[in-house]
Amino acid sequence: MAYEIVVLTNMAIAVLFALSLNVITGFCGQVSLGHAAFLGIGAYTSAMLSKEGVPLIITFIPAMGMAALIGLIVGVASLRVRHDFLAITTMGVVFLFTGIVRKQEILGGEIGIAGIPAPDFGRVGLFATSLLCVLAYLLLTIWIRRSWTGFAFDSIAEDEDTARLLGINVPKFKLFAFVVGTAGAGLAGALYAHQVRFIGPDSFGFVESISVLAMVIVGGIGSIWGVILAAAFLSALPQFFQVIDDYKLLVYGLLLFGAMRFAPEGIDGLLKKIVRRRAVK
Amino acid sequence: MLFFDLCIQGVIQGAIYALIALGLTLVYGLLRILHVAHAALFTLGGYIGVIVTNGSGSFLLALFTSMLIVAVVGMSSYTIIYKPLLNRAPLISLIASIGIFIASEELFRIFFGAYGLSYINPPLQGQIEILSGVSLSHARILVVVLAIGLLSGVGWLAINTRVGIAARATVIDPQMAASSGINVEIIRYGSFFIGSAFAGAAGVMVSLLNNLVEPTMGAVPSYKALAIIVLGGLGNVRGALVASLALGIIESFGTIYVGHLLDRDSIAFAFLIMVLMVRPQGLLARG
Repeated sequence: MAYEIVVLTNMAIAVLFALSLNVITGFCGQVSLGHAAFLGIGAYTSAMLSKEGVPLIITFIPAMGMAALIGLIVGVASLRVRHDFLAITTMGVVFLFTGIVRKQEILGGEIGIAGIPAPDFGRVGLFATSLLCVLAYLLLTIWIRRSWTGFAFDSIAEDEDTARLLGINVPKFKLFAFVVGTAGAGLAGALYAHQVRFIGPDSFGFVESISVLAMVIVGGIGSIWGVILAAAFLSALPQFFQVIDDYKLLVYGLLLFGAMRFAPEGIDGLLKKIVRRRAVK
Repeated sequence: MLFFDLCIQGVIQGAIYALIALGLTLVYGLLRILHVAHAALFTLGGYIGVIVTNGSGSFLLALFTSMLIVAVVGMSSYTIIYKPLLNRAPLISLIASIGIFIASEELFRIFFGAYGLSYINPPLQGQIEILSGVSLSHARILVVVLAIGLLSGVGWLAINTRVGIAARATVIDPQMAASSGINVEIIRYGSFFIGSAFAGAAGVMVSLLNNLVEPTMGAVPSYKALAIIVLGGLGNVRGALVASLALGIIESFGTIYVGHLLDRDSIAFAFLIMVLMVRPQGLLARG
């Protein structure tokens, strides 16, 4: 049972992480190739505090705060660049993050932080906490989606210049998306740090950023349910693949390519197509 | 002499970056796609270089074979990856390209082993003293000569030949170019051919300088080359070359002077972000 709980907790964390990127990339249309940096910021903040004896639940607040603060700074910087320039700038953020962490003695340098205390409510408790966090964040994103903010995000994602023309305060909404998204990643990071109980710079690199972006795109950009399905599926994939461990990355890479080639609208698009076909019949 | 040494290091590194970045920037100019899988071609070039040199004993033959094979593989990457996705959002091709790149690293490992390959008799190891106290191996000099030769060759083609003019027209406005009778597809295949061949050459040269090829050798150059073409102003060939050289030199000085704060690979991105904050359109704007 313990093994299943670990897998399920990992899935919950991945879903939270993917939902947080979905706010930035899905809702607001700002591509981020560096979202793992914020997972890392949350993880490091929470891990350092909990090693000092702060209870896990309390560390959520500074972990989210720290990630959102850096997210705000990156957001302000990102206001100057668009499209592909933005993609590469955010990619730079994740390289800067790992590059800086590697060289800081306090943060454990190359080796990372080991011996993060286990949460006092045990594995099942951690799973329940993760599930609650996912649920809370899910409600938040559904609420955003349905509010005026959601409409503003949509218009910015569709056509930034027209949105500006309509009198939408584009920078304000972009920054809001960055803050909400990076705070979510920080929360996921705090959970992640206590799930694996060992973190290092390599856990938050470019590959992790791509994996989470892949979850959002395979799910269907902007679709909440599609992203949840894709994140749960893709994060559990390595477990199914253990038999073919040697070819794991080969299969993963080809899967990404295949998904883009044959179903570029993602799971969301596939489901809609099926529903539409049913309706026609 | 440290200053001089660092400059030379930077120029050599910059020459390698320039060879890799040229293909990326050509592809971006034509298709508006960030071609991450380009780095897999660089790795493939390195492998072919080592295998052919070890098999035949001729480094020159290896260099040519590698450039030719990699060029053909590069053209097929256009057919397989990008052509079916041309009408999709650029993000779709980007993820597809990253998928292929991840898969390719694994393929190299499966075919050639996880520990990499080396030259049995590394060629071009003789030293030349270019200044008192500063000597360079033939291989290092060849990198710079090759980069200058190949890149100025392409520059000459682009300026003086009909094909070059057609290619530049296609970059500026594909529709207009097509309606003036230019076969846009041929231009695209040609750009993939040249860009990939250069990446192959860079792979061979890096394999020679490190005397090692391994499955993951493409990872860092692929991200850095993306930074370079953005730095140069996406799709701007001249800008990409300037940025390659600048980045090579900044990295070699940076590792010495700020190496205790940032590792080598993040210096490139720190520089990139600083430049983009001042000039969001890159060092040289599109033109």
